Amino acid sequence: MDLSLVPLLAVLVSLIAVVPILLSSTKPNLREFWTILAAAIKFGLVLLLLPGALEGESVELHLVDLAPGLPLALKADPLGVFFAVIASGLWIFTSFYSIGYVRGAGEHKQTRYFASFAVCLSATIGIAFSANLLTFILFYEMLTVATYPLVIHNEKKEAVDAGRKYLAFTLTAGLLLVAASAMVYHYTGTIDFTPGGVFDGVELPHTAMLVLFIMFLGAVGVKAGIMPIHGWLPAAMAAPTPVSALLHAVAVVKSGVFAVLRVVGYVFGTDVMGDYNLNDILIILAGTTIILASLIAFNQDNLKRRLAYSTVGHLSYIVLGIALLTPIGMTGGIMHIAAHATMKITLFFCAGAIYVNLHRTEISNLNGIAKVMPWTMGSFAIGSMGLAGIPPINGFFSKWNLALGSLEGDMIIPVIVLVVSGLLNVGYFFPILYRAYFKPGEGLKKYGEASPLMVVPIVITAALSVLFGLFPNLFFNFFDLAVDISSTLFNNGSP
Amino acid sequence: MIESHLPAYIALTFVLFSVLIPAFGLWRSELSHPIAVLGGGIAAGFSLFGFIDVINDGSIRYFFGGWEPPVGIEFVYDGLSAFFVLVINVVAFFVLIHSHHISKREFPGKEMPYYSLAMLMMLGFNGMIMTGDLFNLYVFLEIASLAGYALIAIGDRPAPYAAFRYLIIGTAGGTLYLLGVGFMYTVTGTLNIIDMAAMLPMLYESNAVFAALILMIVGIGVKAALFPMHGWLPDSYTYASSSSTALIAPIGTKVAAYILFRIILWLFGIEITDAVAPISYFVGVLACIGILYGSIMAIAQSEMKRMLAYSSISQIGYIIMGLSLANPWGFAGALLHVLNHAIMKACLFMISGQLRLKEGHSDISRFDDGYRKKYPWTMAYFTIAAISMIGLPPLAGFFSKWYLALGTIDNSNWLFLAVILISSLLNAVYFFRVLEKVYMMDPSKGQKEPTDAKRDEASASMLWPTGILAVSLIVIGFANAVIVGVLLDIFPM
Repeated sequence: MDLSLVPLLAVLVSLIAVVPILLSSTKPNLREFWTILAAAIKFGLVLLLLPGALEGESVELHLVDLAPGLPLALKADPLGVFFAVIASGLWIFTSFYSIGYVRGAGEHKQTRYFASFAVCLSATIGIAFSANLLTFILFYEMLTVATYPLVIHNEKKEAVDAGRKYLAFTLTAGLLLVAASAMVYHYTGTIDFTPGGVFDGVELPHTAMLVLFIMFLGAVGVKAGIMPIHGWLPAAMAAPTPVSALLHAVAVVKSGVFAVLRVVGYVFGTDVMGDYNLNDILIILAGTTIILASLIAFNQDNLKRRLAYSTVGHLSYIVLGIALLTPIGMTGGIMHIAAHATMKITLFFCAGAIYVNLHRTEISNLNGIAKVMPWTMGSFAIGSMGLAGIPPINGFFSKWNLALGSLEGDMIIPVIVLVVSGLLNVGYFFPILYRAYFKPGEGLKKYGEASPLMVVPIVITAALSVLFGLFPNLFFNFFDLAVDISSTLFNNGSP
Repeated sequence: MIESHLPAYIALTFVLFSVLIPAFGLWRSELSHPIAVLGGGIAAGFSLFGFIDVINDGSIRYFFGGWEPPVGIEFVYDGLSAFFVLVINVVAFFVLIHSHHISKREFPGKEMPYYSLAMLMMLGFNGMIMTGDLFNLYVFLEIASLAGYALIAIGDRPAPYAAFRYLIIGTAGGTLYLLGVGFMYTVTGTLNIIDMAAMLPMLYESNAVFAALILMIVGIGVKAALFPMHGWLPDSYTYASSSSTALIAPIGTKVAAYILFRIILWLFGIEITDAVAPISYFVGVLACIGILYGSIMAIAQSEMKRMLAYSSISQIGYIIMGLSLANPWGFAGALLHVLNHAIMKACLFMISGQLRLKEGHSDISRFDDGYRKKYPWTMAYFTIAAISMIGLPPLAGFFSKWYLALGTIDNSNWLFLAVILISSLLNAVYFFRVLEKVYMMDPSKGQKEPTDAKRDEASASMLWPTGILAVSLIVIGFANAVIVGVLLDIFPM
């Protein structure tokens, strides 16, 4: 079967869906049908690419030239497929959940909401399948623009400010990416993502390489939430919760760490990173971010903000795994993309369910809610324990690999960071569970569980977290895929 | 043998229609607009035809009356001039279609002189671009300028003052240019650009040549609104009637930029330009200051036309910066930006005209989220043009910046690269400010409910031209590789 058009279709399907979504703005059920349909088709298309990816094959497609010699090109390589499966798979759950959420919360401008969401998913899959930096820039900026209406969705002061902050961070990052890519093109004559990097045989002064790397870091670090350029992420919690769940726990921020991976593994290459000691910068920044974000999370009473800082910390787990420059550490980082996605989306879903159902957003108001929302809080418990790294949930598994990876590279400090951070995670998640389960609640008699449209996705994503923890290869052989990807990034690209 | 006469036909079309419009307009005033559109359309058609011809068969040297220089005057229709002629005539054509309702509203009863002057101005612009003779260029420059002064004077109450100011500064600029031409003539004994260019290598480091170069750059710099000679521009563009601004703003400064291209890269060549002093770098620095100055001033404006006027100062800076880099990428980026900016600015000024027509003002601070409902298409086109101005892919504006960035990197000119990046952010500030106003409730005014408004879209004769221009930004974005391939071939070195 010829799969060459599949990556393009996977990108386009949600973009095309925007048209019927806009046209059926007066018929909500029909409109949501289009979203669900697009999500299902997209996931199906991505799955078509999976068998090839597991064999280590890539599907390439060159469209028009964006600039002389620089095509708009898609390449569904194993890493891209890995990311695309996560993003498109979780979009299905988020779509159902969104319907329950926006209707339950009586949100305005729902058509704009669903349309923007669809564009975001197109951009995310485009990011996953970009074959070169120019194509990547295109989708990266598209994601920025499409997320903006979602961030400012409720159009209150706080949201508008958050939107401005978001644009200021991400547009600056986008410009740095443009400049850095142009410099790579100037120095190497190519901007194709190549396992092992494009600097083969190109000698640059150490400072030039350093400046270039820092530019890239600024460009991709914003979406990856690396401190000190993470500021937009907690602010963006002004967005409706499904947006926080899929975009600010999965699609947008994971595009950021995915970009880190592309830059480290496919632009600079692990050898160059090591030779110029560029990974040290990354390790220091990621380590600091992990600890600081966890500490800040303690202080947040707003549930979504606490989750946001937790996200900042966990994104840096992934960055740390990449920066270790060891195959096992890289595998752990890649696995944590999937693990954190399922767990954090569960937690955000829970936060949204609590908001829609009880109109409560502050942790101090959550006393006793486990009695009325047992399924939601049960899932919350699973997700939070997983993030703390308690087996058998999938957070443990990726963290284990991260620790092994640092030992493989003879580094002790990252291990200490991981252990301390695990304790801090326990520290900021368990008070929530304690309140929900053991403190007596007030005024909860008239409430029950949230609508099934929300609860079912929550339970499924929580179940996925456990299943992936127990059997990393259960679905789609994810673990093998991660191992294969990381092995191509070492030994000059030969597995 | 239509091909070989094309350059003359383009110019003569405008001459003919500038006479036809009064002839018919005196009889029936409402005929002025369709005749002007017809004239603009014919010229645009010729330009398109001619451009394709030049790309395929090479440049045309057209000798008027068969008299070869130095006796006669020639039109040089090569890649560069064909490209500029095409851009300005096509954009002008769309603006002319669009101006129907605005002209009726903003200066009722004066359509006939307006359109006739517009044709004369286009004649001047086309002549400036195509002529191969430096003095003849001055003549066309004055034709275009005089018509331009008159067009700017039609407008709000302060418009005549703005026009008068422009007239004084513009005449000074024209005179400086003429002085420079005089110097060159004394030294070389010819006014023909091609002949002169052949002689200049013998006059390497001549003081007269150096002085002439400075005089010409400063003189034309006034017309191009190159910082710090931009003073006339904001008032003129703000107070002139919306249709005049939409016609002059996208193309007027571009034509001046064209002359700088012709002088620096073709006539003198970059080596002679930089022989005595690094003139090109100096021009580039001025362009950079202009880019930042224009962007910052644009942020400070609340009147949309004035904001766009300052934005024009900034954008012309990109073009001249690309010229100053004098390498293929910078050159291609600059010319692509000529095309992109002409389309974007025409589209934006046309939209500001539409808003003035409908709302009676174009004051951004009074915009509200009702606009989204009243003018859904207009605002959609505005959004496309604005995002292209900010320079986000895949819209056209991104790619001119991409090539300019490549050009700065090729010269290791990190200062200019930084200016491009910073200015893009500033662009984002002043355009997202408008988008926020139009698409969102205004929490700072305590707004809780969306403004209720009925659909009240502009008429088709305005919507279609803006729409086509906006959509063409997307098309150019995806097709820019083809365009840039052509532009790289035009590069003279």
